[in-house]
Amino acid sequence: MADYLMETKDLGISFGGLKAVQALNLSIKKNQLYGLVGPNGAGKTTVFNMLTGVYKPTFGNFYLDGENLTGKNQETINRKGIARTFQNIRLFNNMTVIRNVMVGLSSRPEYKCSILTSVLRLPHHFRIEREMREKAKELLRIFDLEDDRNNLSCNLPYGKQRKLEIARAMATNPKLLLLDEPAAGMNPNETTELMNTIRLIRDKFDMTILLIEHDMKFVSGLCDELTVLNFGTVLAQGETRQVLNDPNVIKAYIGE
Amino acid sequence: MDIITTLINGLSMGGVYAMIALGYTMVYGIAKMLNFAHGDIIMVGGYTILVFMNFSGMPLLAIAMAVICCVILGIVIEKVAYKPLRGASPLAVLITTIGVSYFLQSLAQIIFGSAPKMVNIVDLGLLQIGSLKIQMYTVLTLICTIIVMTILTLFVKYTQTGRAMIAVSEDRNAAQLMGINVNKIITITFAIGSALAALAGLFYLLKSPSISNTFGSSPGIKAFTAAVIGGIGSIPGAMLGGILLGLVENIVAKIPVLSPYVDAIEFSILIIILLVKPSGFLGKKRREKV
Amino acid sequence: MVINNQRSRLSRIKWNHFANYIVIALSTTLFSILSFSGNLKISTIYLLEKISISILLALSLSLVVGFLGELSLGHAGFMCVGAYLGGKTAALLEPILGNGILTFIIAIAVGGAVAAVCGFVIGLPALRLKGDYLAIVTLAFGEIVKSIFQNTSADTFGGALGLKTPRYNREYLFIYAFIIVIVALAVIQNLMRSKHGRAITAIRDNEIAACATGINVTKYKLIVFLVSSLFAGIAGVLYSYSNFQVQSAKFGYNYSIEILVMVVLGGMGNINGSIIAATLITFLNLKLATVLTGDLAVLQNLLYSLLLILIVIYNNAPALSRVRGKYNLKSLIAKVKKPKVDPAIQNDDKAYWANIPTKIEMDEIISVDATPQDPYKADPPKKEK
Repeated sequence: MADYLMETKDLGISFGGLKAVQALNLSIKKNQLYGLVGPNGAGKTTVFNMLTGVYKPTFGNFYLDGENLTGKNQETINRKGIARTFQNIRLFNNMTVIRNVMVGLSSRPEYKCSILTSVLRLPHHFRIEREMREKAKELLRIFDLEDDRNNLSCNLPYGKQRKLEIARAMATNPKLLLLDEPAAGMNPNETTELMNTIRLIRDKFDMTILLIEHDMKFVSGLCDELTVLNFGTVLAQGETRQVLNDPNVIKAYIGE
Repeated sequence: MDIITTLINGLSMGGVYAMIALGYTMVYGIAKMLNFAHGDIIMVGGYTILVFMNFSGMPLLAIAMAVICCVILGIVIEKVAYKPLRGASPLAVLITTIGVSYFLQSLAQIIFGSAPKMVNIVDLGLLQIGSLKIQMYTVLTLICTIIVMTILTLFVKYTQTGRAMIAVSEDRNAAQLMGINVNKIITITFAIGSALAALAGLFYLLKSPSISNTFGSSPGIKAFTAAVIGGIGSIPGAMLGGILLGLVENIVAKIPVLSPYVDAIEFSILIIILLVKPSGFLGKKRREKV
Repeated sequence: MVINNQRSRLSRIKWNHFANYIVIALSTTLFSILSFSGNLKISTIYLLEKISISILLALSLSLVVGFLGELSLGHAGFMCVGAYLGGKTAALLEPILGNGILTFIIAIAVGGAVAAVCGFVIGLPALRLKGDYLAIVTLAFGEIVKSIFQNTSADTFGGALGLKTPRYNREYLFIYAFIIVIVALAVIQNLMRSKHGRAITAIRDNEIAACATGINVTKYKLIVFLVSSLFAGIAGVLYSYSNFQVQSAKFGYNYSIEILVMVVLGGMGNINGSIIAATLITFLNLKLATVLTGDLAVLQNLLYSLLLILIVIYNNAPALSRVRGKYNLKSLIAKVKKPKVDPAIQNDDKAYWANIPTKIEMDEIISVDATPQDPYKADPPKKEK
């Protein structure tokens, strides 16, 4: 168990009678780039929603660093070290870029500051604020967003919004980063840039990343291992090249 | 015997609430907004009846004019105040409906003054069956409500417009792609809701023939409660909620200890239902996709 | 160069932070000097008391509506609780402690605390309910409170006749009231300009993302409701002192709407705007009340309702987003003040449309936040490669 950062054991969920995901066993090693692929409606985002506490799994368990996080709420799971981005970007639109990241930072234990301290404007409050601002700038620099930091996040171009969402997720200091279709809606240049950013995150932060993606070029260029879902069940699992040549996968994707 | 009278009164009151609640619920289902000004349409209907009764003395003409005026008003409000905000945040829409409600009330007070006015439409007398005495208007209200509900249910189920309404309430974008004119459907919804509100105003006046500018607030808020209890967005839910609320109101009013707290009890029921079952009895559960 | 810019901007922000305190403190000092030298008419003092109460109410409501993004239609209900409980406390303590500052402070504490408890209780459904539904619960709460106090017996809370509360020395009351306003301003402003404030606005902007970012949504929602109702309760106690009596009929739905109008007119989430709007509306209310008598008095309501509708439409209508960008107060005074985030601009200008390629359906992006209660939808179709 200790070999894997993230493990799911027979994870499944049903809505009413519909089994959206069944018997999912993922084993993600530390520092791995792991891909979750599959046709539409295969249950990929549902897996993400279970792993982040949006849905409570009906069957099975999942473990982060050996700790069972099944059924915990979103906030707890995030604090334990799973952060995510969304398929349809969810930024805090009326806030500046830097504040978006600072919101992500605020749940970290090192930036703890009670409400009373803030209201009374004790020195600790100012120190925390300054530190958070510096840390946020540092993160934005990595994502090449520093120059935009005082813009409203809703005014950023699409590619930068995606990057900002990743930056915000990274701000919560996760052990595992979940990216839900990060390349959706990007042009080829942006996609290449994003691939570099994701590799950079992995190397610089020693991050483990689980991502959902449709773009097979993206997946094959980036992921070490893959799990292919189809109708909520695992179709194939293993090393990327091996999985992509699996006849079942080809059948599900391209047809007979 | 007293119990039967209370129950019949309750049913009839409930029918009126149901009629108003239908306006709330249809607008919510189709335009996805809470129309706080709906109660004030009842007030406008009441005043129209007053004006035309003084003018002509013919109850049927007055009622017809009330329905027509309310329908036009409902459509105008929708076009002027709500349509520009389609796609804006729900909070903005909600505040605008409150503004419209406030506007109608103030306007009515300027035109008609704040003192309540009496409207005598027609004296229907008492209905006596054995030892059972029931006010005739109660029976009339009950019958009319049943007719209106039936027509509305049939309309929604079996006409093209009605089915289009269901489609729009299910998924506005998909309905639009299927060639349904969403704007037209929303306008029709407002028109139907306003017509029902005018009728509700009539039945309210039959029960207590005095009208002021806040005439619509109390039935408005209560019918709104009814709509939520039944499950806002659901047509049978509005009927159920209205009748439940009417019964509760009339039964509680008969219990001396509780009678001063009728309003408080009704609103407490509302809060409890929202907490236990936020979507009401027959409402659909909505959840945001992540 | 960049650092220089940053520093000068920072220094301007700091100045901005204190401008509103200074304005309120200076005008309070000015009026108290006038009051002590006997140059202030009773009607002006009354006006000042009313203004302070309105500012307190608008500030506290703007916390819920402007910053947390939840609509409360029962704000007058919290005020009602504060007015009755605080007024009753003052009436009970008057024979024991006399009618001095001690009684006043205890009354304020009791009224505020009980209202805050109510706020906490109302905040609990806020965790489960959102938007329209929560608005209904708060509305119902306001009506329940009104109805309960209306039906109390004459010797407890006075029932329909109202509760008589002690008179207070007119020359002092408005000064205390403004001191409370400054305290409230400090609390709310400091709260909003901290990481906690950012968390609260994050919940407003996107609750799902806020949850996923590790924000304790439960805690923050409860705190907002608690603080907001605390100050509304205190405003209620001030009201009871200012009017010598409390009548529950005053605290109905209409009063809640009047407070809401102040918050909306001031610009949602704009603290100084709320203060200015509260001052103006209260001033106009009292001035117009002397001019417009009888049924004409409603003209002001007509005016408010029209203003409310027009402002909301202007600020929110998707079709007017371009006009808004060109003609707004912010761009006019941008040279004088640091350009601020305008929370009224919601849901428009989401990214540059032209830059968004076609892989994701437009509708999906548009619908993300415009209709948070959208039904559960299946994944939109996508091109496969």
